[in-house]
Amino acid sequence: MTDRAQHAISIRNLKKTYANGYEALKGVDLDVAEGDFFALLGPNGAGKSTIIGIISTLVRLTSGDIQIFGKDVATHVYEAKLSLGVVPQEVNFSQFEKVGDIVRTQAGYYGLSPKLARERTEKYLKKLDLWDKRDNRARMLSGGMKRRLMIARALVHEPKLLILDEPTAGVDIELRRSMWDFLQEINRNGTTIILTTHYLEEAEHLCRNIAIINHGEIIENTSMRSLLSKLQQQTLIFDCINEVSAAPQFDDKQIQSTWIDAHTFEVTMPASHDINALFAALTDQGVRVKGMRNKSNRLEELFLSRLQHGRESQAQTESVSEEQKRLNKKEGADV
Amino acid sequence: MFNSHIFIAFQTILVKEVRRFTRIWLQTLVPPAITIGLYFLIFGNLIGRRIGEMGGYNYIDFIVPGLIMMAVIQNAYANVSSSFFSNKFQRCIEEILVSPVPNYVILLGFVAGGMARGLMVGMIVTIMSFIFTDLHIEHIGLTLLVVLLTAMVFALAGFINALFANTFDDISIIPTFVLTPLIYLGGVFYSVELLPEFGQWISALNPVLYMINTFRYGILGSSDVNVWWALGMLFLFSGILFTTAIVLLRRGTGLRH
Repeated sequence: MTDRAQHAISIRNLKKTYANGYEALKGVDLDVAEGDFFALLGPNGAGKSTIIGIISTLVRLTSGDIQIFGKDVATHVYEAKLSLGVVPQEVNFSQFEKVGDIVRTQAGYYGLSPKLARERTEKYLKKLDLWDKRDNRARMLSGGMKRRLMIARALVHEPKLLILDEPTAGVDIELRRSMWDFLQEINRNGTTIILTTHYLEEAEHLCRNIAIINHGEIIENTSMRSLLSKLQQQTLIFDCINEVSAAPQFDDKQIQSTWIDAHTFEVTMPASHDINALFAALTDQGVRVKGMRNKSNRLEELFLSRLQHGRESQAQTESVSEEQKRLNKKEGADV
Repeated sequence: MFNSHIFIAFQTILVKEVRRFTRIWLQTLVPPAITIGLYFLIFGNLIGRRIGEMGGYNYIDFIVPGLIMMAVIQNAYANVSSSFFSNKFQRCIEEILVSPVPNYVILLGFVAGGMARGLMVGMIVTIMSFIFTDLHIEHIGLTLLVVLLTAMVFALAGFINALFANTFDDISIIPTFVLTPLIYLGGVFYSVELLPEFGQWISALNPVLYMINTFRYGILGSSDVNVWWALGMLFLFSGILFTTAIVLLRRGTGLRH
């Protein structure tokens, strides 16, 4: 067994150039370990959906290769696809079919016997709270129900790898939380999950490892813990018991505070700083703290900083290459 | 994929297709029955009585095989082209494409669905024809073989049309501008012997003429064309269209970016 075969998915030098010349992927290498809960993040148009499209064979690759549990998607297509379940970003089932028929039909495509297909349909529709809707036409479902239906459909053949492309987009908070619980449960039961999402809080809450893609290239691929440890600043919001007329002052110039209202203020400080010292300073100033929370999404901050860093590097590279071209042209002119 | 899995996948596509056209039976089964019924009544019964005989048979008896075949051709084609294109349009074709169903099973499933609708409409029209005439089938085996092959040829053609189609207009252009003229000029209502020599020569290039006449031979025992030649052509068309569809599926034409 090679190293790559030990991964749920292993991607090497994946490139995709569309017919209009747009280079969506510029040589992506990515390994996701079996059993992992993995986040693939990136801004719109970064290449996330292209990667998922190529994995699920809906998009043809230009070059490179993909293995799912050691099976090459191009040469061992059937074995590779049996291990894979995909929940796409947009609804892609017939709106005129009944909910139960959609899931049962998908089971049939994977060769499940009618009896097993019925059992699995019942199992997953119940798990996703859709069993009482089984005889309803799919177009009658709400947006959140449609998303859950696509998850039930992707799970009906019980794949070892589940890829979810923004599964909670447009889903209310309560439902999103219940979907998180469900996804964590199936991950605990051994299903490897790859998740793309715009809700960075979701990635931070669910995923153990993360890759950030931008302009068709992986610009960060690490564990969530290691990524979050790179965070340099944090902003904390304090709720007070007593009234505060102004923002507390601190001797340490690295700590900035802002008054919000009579019972609330926020403090921005280096992530490495000792919070006990902060509390001591607040106590000295007579501030009695009732509660404290993080203001912003930590991952969001890192994500934006990585993208900004990527943009600056690209601009620098482009500027160097322009300068090089100019010099080359000049040399050519001299000759 | 194991053989049993392949059979289940094929059965799943076929059942889904049959479920689709029977669910919307008012759009798929009733209109052709009404149209062909009107042909029986107006051309066969009212005008046909004044025409007298055609090719040695009562006019109504002469046109019944052609009208049955017309219903089969139009419905086998329309079912696959509209269903497969709707699947593309709604993107639910992705359900099949991400699964391990082989290309040939996808093709056979949709084609079988189209044949099922063509044959079901053909059956309805045949039963309706009993109201107007006593239909006696001369060669039952040949009749069934020809109707099956013809349904398959046009279901395959409908599939290829749907692969290339980008809009709903694209799936109505071929039936309107190609299929309908070929059927009407394919000897449904007349014997080609009535045409001048040049007209007969042009008609000989129309493949539908061979299908209708071979079917008519199966029912009445008389044909304008060589039946064996026509059967050979049907097999050839089936083979060419099947191979073309498989090559297009493998390339991902109209399906994969």
